[in-house]
Amino acid sequence: MRELSLHILDIIQNSIRAEAKLVQLLINEDVKNDRLLIEITDDGCGMSQELQKRVLNPFVTSRTTRKVGLGLSLFQQAARQCEGDLKLESTLKEGTVITVDFKYSHIDRAPLGDIVGTIITILSVNPDLDLLYRHLINDNEFIFDTRIIKDELEDVQINLPEILSWLEGYLTEGLEDLRR
Amino acid sequence: MKSLEELRKLREKAQKDIQARKTSNKPKVIIGMGTCGIAAGAREILKAVMAEINKRNLDVIVTQTGCIGMCEKEPLLDVQMPGKDRITYGNLTTDDVSKIVVEHIVNGKVVEDLAVAKLED
Repeated sequence: MRELSLHILDIIQNSIRAEAKLVQLLINEDVKNDRLLIEITDDGCGMSQELQKRVLNPFVTSRTTRKVGLGLSLFQQAARQCEGDLKLESTLKEGTVITVDFKYSHIDRAPLGDIVGTIITILSVNPDLDLLYRHLINDNEFIFDTRIIKDELEDVQINLPEILSWLEGYLTEGLEDLRR
Repeated sequence: MKSLEELRKLREKAQKDIQARKTSNKPKVIIGMGTCGIAAGAREILKAVMAEINKRNLDVIVTQTGCIGMCEKEPLLDVQMPGKDRITYGNLTTDDVSKIVVEHIVNGKVVEDLAVAKLED
């Protein structure tokens, strides 16, 4: 994957398939300590101890249509080549936490890329999913919570084109402010 | 900075529009969002689909699916018009999207040179 935001999109697809209602995405750009942390927490069906041991193997998937599942192993490989790693904690019926860290300045670290595009993509085809997105750069923080947005929208779906287009602008501005 | 006040205005406008929209028999677009699809550019395809729908003010259901085993043809996009066969388009670029939306969804004609599979209704 050319961008870390594509790995994030891919891992959140796992949460969606695990029937998560809420996905929490934390991105922490700790430039001072030269670390980048990405954490994805869901309240989906979780994995058994046995599956957790095997799931980082690319030849493991919960799908029955084929025998490979590359998402987690690709993300882990991306982290390991940047003096980091991917870790996984999961409890059946409670959910899963995926923690990935990188050396921020590592030459092989892919850029975060289009995080806004990843979020809009998820919301456009999964309007019922809630997403809590926190992004930290050193001591500055940006928070986006679809539950607050949905309260404002009342009975209007979050994935109407005009709403998504507004959200895209809102997120883009928020992240620009954060980088300032 | 954008304010939630703007969002409330959009909501009020949308609430009026929704009553005019029909609820069934809509065209459906399905995007392949497995690892293979995402790596091949599914996110950009989906963005292009949403932009085209918004631009032409179309009433279309957009959903996703996982890997369907045609990874080498990703990014994939299916179009299902009400009562018609489901057509799979493959090896797409964002430029192909507006062609598919205009010819297939607006005019009801399958774009033969981009189609890779057909699923009977």
